[in-house]
Amino acid sequence: MTKTADNVNPNVYDTYSEREITSNELNEDIVDEIDRREVFDLIRNINDPEHPLTLEELRVVEEGNIFVDNEKNVVNVYFTPTIPHCSMATLIGLSIRVQLLRALPSRFKVTVEVSEGTHMSEHAVNKQLADKERVAAALENNNLVQIINQCVVNS
Amino acid sequence: MAKLELLQSINGHKGIVWNVSWHPLGKVFASCGEDKIIKLWSKEGETWTMKTVLVDGHQRTIREIAWSPCGNFLASASFDGTTAVWDKKSGQFECNATLEGHENEVKSVAWSPSGQLLATCGRDKSVWVWEVAGEDEYVCEAVLNAHNQDVKKVAWHPSSDILASASYDNAVKMYKEDQLDSDWTCVATLQSHESTVWSLTFDKTGKRLATCSDDRTVKIWQEYSPDNQEGVSVDDKESSWKCVCTLSGYHTRCIYDITWCASTGLIATGCGDDIIRVFKEADDSDPNAPTFDLICTKLNAHSQDVNCVQWNPSGNQELVSCSDNGEIKIWKFFEQ
Repeated sequence: MTKTADNVNPNVYDTYSEREITSNELNEDIVDEIDRREVFDLIRNINDPEHPLTLEELRVVEEGNIFVDNEKNVVNVYFTPTIPHCSMATLIGLSIRVQLLRALPSRFKVTVEVSEGTHMSEHAVNKQLADKERVAAALENNNLVQIINQCVVNS
Repeated sequence: MAKLELLQSINGHKGIVWNVSWHPLGKVFASCGEDKIIKLWSKEGETWTMKTVLVDGHQRTIREIAWSPCGNFLASASFDGTTAVWDKKSGQFECNATLEGHENEVKSVAWSPSGQLLATCGRDKSVWVWEVAGEDEYVCEAVLNAHNQDVKKVAWHPSSDILASASYDNAVKMYKEDQLDSDWTCVATLQSHESTVWSLTFDKTGKRLATCSDDRTVKIWQEYSPDNQEGVSVDDKESSWKCVCTLSGYHTRCIYDITWCASTGLIATGCGDDIIRVFKEADDSDPNAPTFDLICTKLNAHSQDVNCVQWNPSGNQELVSCSDNGEIKIWKFFEQ
């Protein structure tokens, strides 16, 4: 990439340990509800578009910023751009959305938003990510889909 | 209690079904979506059956389809930036004209009541008015750049050449041709919604408009002409449109479509919470501050977002709807 990254030296954080599988989860007779840890596991290894780091290592996504309501079929993910003027915010949000659209059962209504107060264009980014028609149109753009697939490749 | 009874559920398309549109006589409807195909459905005995598939008209998602008032033409708006006009002069449906000009995705298409004008709008923030210039010939009459964001929907007044558009910029605009210099201009801006306006529908008189939005409300707008008796001040020589009713607290997610039945006056909405709702104006409703009651809530009408709802134009109380998961459903409304 010839363009200089927005945030040249981002802070890098420790990652969580791998999820420990409990005996209940191995028991086929017990229904596993989808929980925030499971959603987190789906998105923690998404690559940052600019750095060879995951969204978890950059603390863009955190387990505590994920809300799941199985009864209402709602998954809300709040992500935190590394800097308030990050030009990649929409692309990162789109990668999270695409990963969850592909991985979660279709009954879920997925909302992906910037954590409140962490981006200058928070409202515009959120509106764009919430507009399913524009998301659908974006996902028909082959170049963009390639970039997103590179981001979600390890997830 | 009023209810919506499911007449038939159809697995109509692969992927999202964005739009369904009744033929003016109400005996045929068309559907379109992500799979770039248009399907025409009609009744065989008691069952709606697919009769025709229109393929190869578009390279990308077909967002909306619209029948001409005469029922002989079908227009389709696509994310590929074009609008196609189909007819069956040769005996079979064929695409005989392609309207090009929008920079990117075309989101909506609508025919004027005379069938002589066609409007399109799209992601490039513009609204285009096309005139039918001859057989398979369409000329661009106007490019209207009144919105400053993605334009989601266009709809014509039921009896005059007045056009309305709804946008991502939260506003609704109206346009008319100036008789003196035949220039199309924006004659009204309807501002009140707090997020994207996804759809709009006139009532049968054309003096009222209902709009639905990502702000989870429905708004009813009333036209006040310059000589109105109510004493509403109107600047200019043009009518002014006032929001006379807001239906809030009923929808829990984005409202994608709204349809106002010309024969029953019932309003139906399609929502991102998978629910179809029907509203009716109260009997003692004040025309200048009307009251609408929610008379029917069809929970889980679809298993995903409801993208489109359309009342059958024949007035038989049938409603067609479609969803993200490829489904099309035909409903019958009963009020007991």
